[in-house]
Amino acid sequence: MNVMSNESAITVRGLRKSYGPSVAVGGIDLDISRGEVFALLGPNGAGKTTTVEILEGYRYRDGGTVAVLGEDPASAGREWRARIGIVLQLTAEPELTVSEMVRQFAGYYPRPRDPGEVIELTGLTGLEGRRGHQLSGGQRRRLDVALGIVGRPELLFLDEPTTGFDPEARRQFWDLIRKLAAEGTTILLTTHYMAEAEALANRVAVLASGRVLALDEPAALAGRALQDARVSWETPEGRRTVQTASPTQVVTGLAAQFGGEVPGLAIMRPSLEDVYLELIGADR
Amino acid sequence: MTASPIVTSAAPVGGESIRLPGAIGTGLARGRLEVRAFFRERQTVVFVFALPAILLVLLGSIFGHQAALHGVTVGQLFTAGMIAGGIGATSFQNLGLTIAAERERGTLKRLRGTPMSPAAYFIGKIIQVLVCTIAEVLVLVAVGLAFYHLHLPTSAAKWWTLAWVFVLGTIACSLIGIGISSLPSSATNSFPVITLPFLVLQFISGVYVPFSNVPPWLQHVAAVFPLKWMSQGLRSVFLPAQAASLEPAGQWQHGQTALVLAGWIVAGLVLCLTTFRWRSSRDG
Repeated sequence: MNVMSNESAITVRGLRKSYGPSVAVGGIDLDISRGEVFALLGPNGAGKTTTVEILEGYRYRDGGTVAVLGEDPASAGREWRARIGIVLQLTAEPELTVSEMVRQFAGYYPRPRDPGEVIELTGLTGLEGRRGHQLSGGQRRRLDVALGIVGRPELLFLDEPTTGFDPEARRQFWDLIRKLAAEGTTILLTTHYMAEAEALANRVAVLASGRVLALDEPAALAGRALQDARVSWETPEGRRTVQTASPTQVVTGLAAQFGGEVPGLAIMRPSLEDVYLELIGADR
Repeated sequence: MTASPIVTSAAPVGGESIRLPGAIGTGLARGRLEVRAFFRERQTVVFVFALPAILLVLLGSIFGHQAALHGVTVGQLFTAGMIAGGIGATSFQNLGLTIAAERERGTLKRLRGTPMSPAAYFIGKIIQVLVCTIAEVLVLVAVGLAFYHLHLPTSAAKWWTLAWVFVLGTIACSLIGIGISSLPSSATNSFPVITLPFLVLQFISGVYVPFSNVPPWLQHVAAVFPLKWMSQGLRSVFLPAQAASLEPAGQWQHGQTALVLAGWIVAGLVLCLTTFRWRSSRDG
């Protein structure tokens, strides 16, 4: 969809940022392509938010080079801001309605989405006249998203967007992100939910102590796809599990042994969460 | 190129030159919402907008019919002073409190992340302050006319004085209010920084107590700040000429009033330009 999808949306080289003596970001390199959905994972204090806020132009870096949509966020102007969208988790304006807020923000952009369409996309239909202080936590998060996407951004930043969502709301939110990605929007999100990264991201980076520990597709992170699989099945003596590099061979053998259906058969690779915890654990 | 920003294509196009909405149009739209939000919020309507009128009725009923001088009642003194206090409330106190709250809520941070022209934010505030302050003055003048034998200015010279005292006073108080909004570390501790000093100033500047009853050393303290000069200027508008003998200088001192207010406008502007922050201090 996007004519420049082979171009880079975000390029980061040697990014560094310290707060006094504590190093928040200690030399990060990232390349995020246009149209890509990219997730930053990592424990609290890993440097995710600092990195994202530098890319958004909210914070200044100490060192390294950064290009976001071809510009340095530290000096980029209003034209650049018109091309990005930032979803912040904030208290809503207490006395303004959902409709007034979305319409107001649409007015800041040169090519906004239709406010009514944004309200529908974010599941705020029926709440247009509700004032900020009357919104529930989940409804406020949806308004945050609505204000972030109303400007039709080429690049959308989402910092832990689904924290506090119930499972149904999270699924609806994922659908919205997929829709935006299908339109060609580049998306950079941070999250604590591995399922979210796995469901949405083309690639993920794991950050800890301000460095990138691993960067790959979710299915392949840290050699995940190549690691031994665990095959388990039911036997009269209880459940048996073998760890193997060739699960197909094991299953074929089992099938022959049981003469067809293997009772309770399961084949498991390490989950993204397993790999993540291993990486984070090794860093400590 | 037409001015209309409505574009229907779905895909973002990066290199194309885009036309950002102008500061004035956006500022006018923000001003409309700001006025609405002000009058929707009970707290500001009661404590900022209605309080001066309530106090005027109260103080006026208790002391109002005593004669301050031949042909001058205390009620007239209170009305003129309370108009100055009302201007201070809807400019200084209102801006100080609301901007501190907006900074804490992240309203300002969110706006900074959009292509909105920063000027539009201040245009919106100017509109809100002008509308609310004019309404405030009208209410207080109406109370004075109804209960305290207030006389509307009868000469063009007095109308002119009313106009410049109102304009210079409102601008000075607004700029100081914007500047002081950066001081409270959170909106909850804005009372000691904004409300309390304003309350004290109203007692010593001829708003709650006739200025001639204020001890001389406090009169000197009050003379440093704009409120004393605003209430003096308004007394010159709404009181008969002989009331000038109640002033410490025995005259209205228009030249000095204009100078002090202009001085505060310059100081306030410098204060705003050097201290205004889009983010809260706790936000890095």
